[in-house]
Amino acid sequence: MRFIWFNLMPWPDLPEDFREKYRSVWVDIPSALYDPARGHEVYNTYLDQLEFAETVGFDGLGVNEHHANAYGLMPSPCLMAAALARRTSRAALVVLGSSIALYEPPIRVAEEFAMLDVISGGRLVAGFPVGTSMDTNFAYGRVPDLLRERYAEAHELIRRAWAEDAPFVFNGRYTKLRYANCWPKPIQKPHPPIFIPGGGSVETWDFCVENTYNYSYLSFFGYLRARKLMEGYWQRVAELGADDSPYRATFAQIICVAETDAEAERLYGPHVSYFFNRCLHVFPGFAEAPGYRTVKTIQAEFLRQLARPSLGEGAKLSWRELIELGYIVAGSPETVRQRLEELIKTLRVGNLICGIHVGDMPPDKTRHSTELFARKVMPQLKGIWKEYEGDERFWIRPLEKRAVPGSAARSVPA
Amino acid sequence: MTARSHLLDVAAGQRKVRVFEAGAGPPLVFLHGVDGLSEDSPFLAALARHWHVFAPLLPGYGDSEGAESLRDMLAVTLHSFDVIDALGLDRPILVGHSLGGMIAAEMAAVAPREVERLGLVAPAGLWLDTYPVSDLFSKLPRELPALLFHDPELGERMLAAGGDLNDPKILEGFVIRNTRQLAMAGKLLFPVPDRGLDERLYRIRAKTVVVWGEDDRMIPPAHGEAFCHAIAGAELVTVRAAGHMVTLEQPSAVVAALARLA
Repeated sequence: MRFIWFNLMPWPDLPEDFREKYRSVWVDIPSALYDPARGHEVYNTYLDQLEFAETVGFDGLGVNEHHANAYGLMPSPCLMAAALARRTSRAALVVLGSSIALYEPPIRVAEEFAMLDVISGGRLVAGFPVGTSMDTNFAYGRVPDLLRERYAEAHELIRRAWAEDAPFVFNGRYTKLRYANCWPKPIQKPHPPIFIPGGGSVETWDFCVENTYNYSYLSFFGYLRARKLMEGYWQRVAELGADDSPYRATFAQIICVAETDAEAERLYGPHVSYFFNRCLHVFPGFAEAPGYRTVKTIQAEFLRQLARPSLGEGAKLSWRELIELGYIVAGSPETVRQRLEELIKTLRVGNLICGIHVGDMPPDKTRHSTELFARKVMPQLKGIWKEYEGDERFWIRPLEKRAVPGSAARSVPA
Repeated sequence: MTARSHLLDVAAGQRKVRVFEAGAGPPLVFLHGVDGLSEDSPFLAALARHWHVFAPLLPGYGDSEGAESLRDMLAVTLHSFDVIDALGLDRPILVGHSLGGMIAAEMAAVAPREVERLGLVAPAGLWLDTYPVSDLFSKLPRELPALLFHDPELGERMLAAGGDLNDPKILEGFVIRNTRQLAMAGKLLFPVPDRGLDERLYRIRAKTVVVWGEDDRMIPPAHGEAFCHAIAGAELVTVRAAGHMVTLEQPSAVVAALARLA
C-alpha cells in the first residue's frame, strides 16, 4: 500500500460571509481577494508541508492543476513539482496535472514532464487529467465537445515524443509539427507511470486498462459515496480481461488524525467546515458546460442510477454527519485506521491520496495530523496488498544513484 | 399546424438531416437557433403563410446525424449549402435565427453569389466589448426565461412544455437533448461567439433584412446596428415586446419584416 501526501493549496483567507457575497469560489471569483504578499507565505508553507511529508515516510507527494480557483492555487503543477524535485530525495512526485488538452503544442507537457523526471532522478508520476469543465471550458476556453478529441491527440503526441529516438512529423488535427523532437527524454522507460484522474466516464476506464494506466478517482465526497463507482471500474477491468492488481487504482480521501475522536473534532472541525462551506462554494452553472460529458457517459450514469454529487453537497453537514457519510475520515489513530482499512479493501485501491491539510488549517495542526498519521496509522496499513508488492507497472522506478542537490557548488578544482 | 417532415441524405450519405417542410410559394430555407425547432412551431406556421418553407435541423438536433464531422464554422457553412443542394433548391430566400442567423450570414459572406435574399433574426456572430453577449453555457434552467423572453412568464410556460423534470425519464431525455444540442452549438459559440464573421460581412451582396427584439438580453440590439453597418444596404427592423426569442413572442411581426425581402 502506498500513501501520497496531498494539498489542494487553498486560499486560507476567504471571508466569513463568502457564500453570501460571492456566487462561486471558481471561475468568476474576483482576484482582488488574492493578496500576493500573503500568497508568498502560503505557498512556502504548503511546500514546507509537502517536504515534511517525505521525512515522515510518505511514498509520494501530490500536486494538481486548477485554474481561476481559490481552493486550488496550482495553475502550474509542474512548477510546484520542480520546487519539490530539488528539496526532496526519495518520494515520488505525483503530478496530477497536466491537463494535456490545454497546452499548445502539447509537446510542451512531454518536455516539462521529462525535465521533472530527469531532475528528480526518475521520481515522476505523470498525471494526464482531462480536467474539470470549470478549468478546461470556462477558465481555459476549450470548446466542450472537442475537448476529448484534443485530449486524445495530445496523448498520442506525448507518448510518441517520449518513445521516438529521432525527430518525427506529427500531423494532427489540432497540432502540426514538422519536427517533433523531445529534448530531454524521461529517465523512466518506456515512460513514467501514468495516472489518469477521472470522474467515472466509461471511456476513461477503457483508456486506463488499454494503456496500463492507473485510474485515480479524486472525489471530495468520500469513500462510501465512491463505492458504486469503483465497483463499476473493477467490473470493467474484469470485462476487458485485465488482472485486478489494486495498484490499478488510486483514491483521494480527506483525513484528520488526533489523539482522540473528540480532540479531532475540536482541532480540525473549523477547517473542515471552511473547506466544505467556502472552498466548495461553486456556482452550479459552472459545474459542467454542455458537451463536456459525452452522451454515452450520461446514459450510463442514468442506467446505473448514479447520482452525480454537486460540489456543494457537504456544506451545512455537521462533523458527525461528515464522518458517518464518509466525506472525511477523522478521529483517533485507531478510528482512522479502521475506516481506512475498510476504504482500501472495499474500493480495492493500492494508492491513497491523503488530504491531510484541509481548508484553512494552520501549519501546526497540519504537522500534528500528518505526524500522527505517519507514526500510528500508516505502518498498520502498509502491508495490506503485500501479495502485489512486485507489481511495478504503476509506480516510479528511480535511478539507483542520484545526484545530491548542492554538491556541484561545493566542488573544488583537484 | 404541423409541418411535413422527412430525413434527407447530405454530403454523399455522411450526414442525415431532418427537414420540416410547410406552405407554398417561393422557397425559403430557415435555419433554427440554439434552441432547435419543433414541427409545430408557430414561427414555422407563420412563415408557411407566405413561403414554401424548408427548415433543416442541424446535426445534433432531433434525429439529424453527423455532428462529429462538423467541428468549425467552415464545416457548418458548407454543410448548410450541401443541405440546400440536397433539397434541389436554387438560391432560396435564406433566413436564420440566433445561431442559425450566424450560419446564414456566413453562407452569404462565403458565397455571395449563392445568397440573394437574406433574413437575419437576432443573429449571433459578432462580439462588441461594450455590448457583450450573455454566457448561455453557464446559465441555469431557471435563469433562461428572463434572459430569452420579453415576457418571462410566457417564456417559463414555453420552456416547461417539455414536461416535468422531476420525472427521471423526462429528465434523462432533457439532459441528453440539451447536451447534444449545446455540444454542437458550442462549436460555433463557445466561449465567445465570434468566428471572424465581422471580417467577412463586407462580402455579402444579398438584399438583407435584420430583425431584432427590442428587449433582447441575450444578444443586445446594438448588434443589429453593427450588422447593418457592415452589410451594404441592410435594413434593421426592431420588434416591440420581444426578447431574443422574438420568433416565438412576435412571429407575425418577424414575418412581416421578412416580407420586405420579397
